[in-house]
Amino acid sequence: MAEEHTISDSEERIFVAGQMQLMWWRFRKHRVAVVATFVVVAFYVVVLAADFLAYTDPNTTEAYRLLMPPQPIRFFDNGSFRPHVYAVSGKRDLRTFKRVYEADPNNKLTVRFFARGYKYKLFGFIRTDRHLIGVEGATAAESLFLLGTDEKGRDVWSRMMVATRTSLTIGLVAVALSLVLGVLLGGISGFYGGAIDSIIQRLIEILRSIPTIPLWMGMAAAFPREWSVEQIYFAITIVIALRGWTGLAREVRGRFLSLREEDFVTAADLAGCSRKRIIFRHMIPSFQSHIIAAATLSIPAMILAETALSYLGLGLRPPAISWGVMLQQVQNVEAVALSPWLLVSAVPVIVVTLAFNFMGDGLRDAADPYGI
Amino acid sequence: MQDDRQPILSVRNLKTSFFTDEGIVRAVDGASFEVHLGQTLGIVGESGCGKSVTALSILGIVPRPGRIVEGEILLRRETGNGQSQEVALTSLGDSSSEMRSIRGAEIALVFQEPMTSLSPVHTIGNQIIGAARLHRKLTKQEASELAVELLSLVGIPRAEGAIDAYPFQLSGGLRQRALIALALSCDPRLLIADEPTTALDVTTQAQILDLLRSLQEQNGMAIMLITHDMGVIAEMADQVVVMYLGRVVEEGPVDTVFGESKHPYTQSLLRSIPSIHSTPKVQLPTITGTIPHPYNRPAGCPFHPRCPDVMPGVCDHHEPELQSVGDEHLVSCFLYHPVPETSS
Amino acid sequence: MLAYAARRLVLAIFTLWTVTVLSFIIIQLPPGDFVDAYMAQLSATQSNVSEQHFESLRRQYALDRPMYVQYLKWMSGVFSGDFGTSMMWRKSVLDVIGDRLAMTMVLSLGAIILTWAIALPIGIYSAVRQYSIGDYVFTFIGFIGLGVPSFLLALVLMYLGFTLFDSDIGGLFSPEYQLEPWSWGKVKDLLYHLPLPAIIIGLSGTAELIRVMRANLLDELRKPYVITARAAGMSERSLVLKYPVRVALNPFASTVGYLLPYILSGSVIVSVVLGLPTLGPLLLGSLVAQDMFLAGTIVMMLGALTVIGTFLSDLLLMWIDPRIRFEMVQ
Ligand SMILES: Nc1ncnc2c1ncn2[C@@H]1O[C@H](COP(=O)(O)OP(=O)(O)OP(=O)(O)O)[C@@H](O)[C@H]1O
Ligand code: SF4
Ligand SMILES: [Mg+2]
Repeated sequence: MAEEHTISDSEERIFVAGQMQLMWWRFRKHRVAVVATFVVVAFYVVVLAADFLAYTDPNTTEAYRLLMPPQPIRFFDNGSFRPHVYAVSGKRDLRTFKRVYEADPNNKLTVRFFARGYKYKLFGFIRTDRHLIGVEGATAAESLFLLGTDEKGRDVWSRMMVATRTSLTIGLVAVALSLVLGVLLGGISGFYGGAIDSIIQRLIEILRSIPTIPLWMGMAAAFPREWSVEQIYFAITIVIALRGWTGLAREVRGRFLSLREEDFVTAADLAGCSRKRIIFRHMIPSFQSHIIAAATLSIPAMILAETALSYLGLGLRPPAISWGVMLQQVQNVEAVALSPWLLVSAVPVIVVTLAFNFMGDGLRDAADPYGI
Repeated sequence: MQDDRQPILSVRNLKTSFFTDEGIVRAVDGASFEVHLGQTLGIVGESGCGKSVTALSILGIVPRPGRIVEGEILLRRETGNGQSQEVALTSLGDSSSEMRSIRGAEIALVFQEPMTSLSPVHTIGNQIIGAARLHRKLTKQEASELAVELLSLVGIPRAEGAIDAYPFQLSGGLRQRALIALALSCDPRLLIADEPTTALDVTTQAQILDLLRSLQEQNGMAIMLITHDMGVIAEMADQVVVMYLGRVVEEGPVDTVFGESKHPYTQSLLRSIPSIHSTPKVQLPTITGTIPHPYNRPAGCPFHPRCPDVMPGVCDHHEPELQSVGDEHLVSCFLYHPVPETSS
Repeated sequence: MLAYAARRLVLAIFTLWTVTVLSFIIIQLPPGDFVDAYMAQLSATQSNVSEQHFESLRRQYALDRPMYVQYLKWMSGVFSGDFGTSMMWRKSVLDVIGDRLAMTMVLSLGAIILTWAIALPIGIYSAVRQYSIGDYVFTFIGFIGLGVPSFLLALVLMYLGFTLFDSDIGGLFSPEYQLEPWSWGKVKDLLYHLPLPAIIIGLSGTAELIRVMRANLLDELRKPYVITARAAGMSERSLVLKYPVRVALNPFASTVGYLLPYILSGSVIVSVVLGLPTLGPLLLGSLVAQDMFLAGTIVMMLGALTVIGTFLSDLLLMWIDPRIRFEMVQ
């Protein structure tokens, strides 16, 4: 019958759509996942433009501005739009020995867009000293402290921008390392089977049954004191990836096992394709969507691992700045109670973890609409 | 005894739909038939035509997002002292206590997959005892004796041991027997067997069918046998209902439907049964085309895209109705009754 | 059944061995041997340190011999209950650890029990009432649980406890019991302080278990045996509890295996934040001070706890799942 064989436009699109295309169509339906993706993208924009979004050099300490609370921006001045903050003067309370700060409504510091500040390289190569906002010509003490200062008088907002760069790239590097190991070992395990498979499977089982934090702590504690920030950065990604690969390897192996039986792989085998070619040209593309989903879901754990290690003082150390390093200043309840704004670096940790989880969940559903 | 002419179950214009995110699936779309005590009604049709959903509708256990949207299901219940009374199952709440006292006790179901129709982590005995004690006042001891009795009745060897067995320790055939024993535990008057033999090998199939027949002879229950196998129907049924896409397309006594089949769909089903007389190694005739998806059922006669006798302009514009073409013989096809005059 | 148990046992022993090797590696990781570190530390505080003392220490730990001999030496010590000496405390490692191991076990067990007690009913509810408001609410809370790292949660709760209730939620004992010997009062005090840290530690595990239970149960609810039970006239409530929940419990039981590493990991870092007298703060302290025998022993104990716990949960699974008992599933 004629009607039976005509195919509507949308169906035809489905026939010719590649796997990634299909995945995208299904992904779009998950509202929460799409929103989460925007959040993740926004975070990586911060990664790219961290120095532009900061306005004070994150490592400049200012003895007269220790533990200063956040300073609210006032947008209107006598009815006209002129963002400004009040200058602050601090003195030590002689009874409690705490520094107390007092805003001076008569001394208004104008906050400008694209203000000049410290010099840096935008995206790593454009030399500039422009920042999104800033108080131009400010002295170190009379400046902007959007989110207050930490116990060394450093600006929390600017530090958080730079910390975002560190923490989020650590997650990416660690996941990249895990991915290489996971696809390689999981692929070998699933493709060859037999004894190799058993050995790799037992290894994964053992690695997964050991509590990670103590192990990471033990390894991280051994990083020599004299190592540079970069060396520790990479050492940490390696330590994290050492266990991170196991989950991805399981995923890849599972896919390999089910694919090995599929016709198109047999066909490629019969057609005399080399093993390597079968794996890289045929098998991996057919489940890359699953790998992407699994990798996305494993990023938050890696970010958290770095945060936890640095928080304990075993991961990145100053002068490196990461969320964990910043949180190190709130080790006990007194610190939190005295300067609760220092907890603000927990916010991006939580938001980005949730965003990656929601996004990964959406990706997984999109990759495997029939899976659980 | 009640009047033999009065059916124990009558289903009238039953419509059950699933309201899924993608659209409405009209799984059963106006099915009507009757079942009599001591008789077997065969329901036959291709996979997906709504046979199982019909069975679930009768028991009031259509899973979400499905529900009965129209029609009546009437069950004749004995009220003691030889009297009987019709109950409209469709007007009872699915989880009402009256409906639950009917499920399992008056109408029992043997579901289509023997492999997974029993809980894998409970013993056979546990499951039968649990079912028996729902409707009968029995002590554990009595119930377990009943279970042994039922298991040997359905031909499970060493029944005393079998009640402690887990389903995975039994073969498919034995599992199906255990499932039948479970269904019989409260002595139902109507047994719905949904493809009881599909998953089994030929010899076991024949044994299970024999078992059902002899059970019916012993206790005179009505059986509603669902299958897609015309051969099974020929062997077992007294009455036949042929379903296509949720509708009954032909209905009648088994000899009439087989001997003088009227509906083109029934005819093609019959042609696809292998027979002793067919030439070996010649492909059996198949029905051309595939079953349309129930989301977008064709307008007019649902069978028209695949019908060899289709009358363009008629069959694709008007819906045929189930009408009598002879003694107890009903067909829904424009080849046998007039086309309505007007078309809108 | 025996073959299954034996397989699990072999794997457990093998994992245990790996744990000892890893712990030993951690002991060895810092540059220089531990006597060097010890010497440095001693000479900083005392002037008269005898060279002989170090030599005898070196011999005791076979530091002049190949690595594997050192490992064997250490292991034979471990088997006879000698885990080495803590430099920081100048005491045997076991004395330093004291009842902190037991506290860690109590805390982890509490976390597991709470995790189960919360996850099981919520998982059942969410599956049976799929897509209800309650299901959405629990799913949302579950996501938060997955997303918020336990040590941050501990920090935030501590802050809230401090500002809103002016109470210190840290610790496992009230100050008056802290140094007391064990008594009924102390046990009660412990039970009173235990739930909060246990919940904090268990939260992400709880969220995961709710997901597992919900997914398993949704799967089971679609199985034909549920239709069989329904058709037999069982009420929905007793049916769900008797069959699908029971079947879905099996994979649930096996989750202890992967729950334990998380919980022990979590207990370390949460204990540091909340100042609980468990192995966690001790581990951190020993690592910072490079007190490697203490650190290595703690890592090994935590690893051993997981392995043993996992093995016990495997046995539990065998006991509740007849398919494994009769070796249908490997
Ligand atoms: N839970 C459900 N949700 C949505 N659609 C359903 C559901 N259950 C059944 N259907 C639809 O109802 C229609 C009838 O299904 P049914 O199971 O009754 O077929 P059947 O005749 O028993 O087929 P088979 O021979 O394969 O058992 C099918 O098209 C199916 O897609
Ligand atoms: S009504 Fe028309 S299309 Fe339908 S079965 Fe009859 S002849 Fe065929
Ligand atoms: Mg069916």
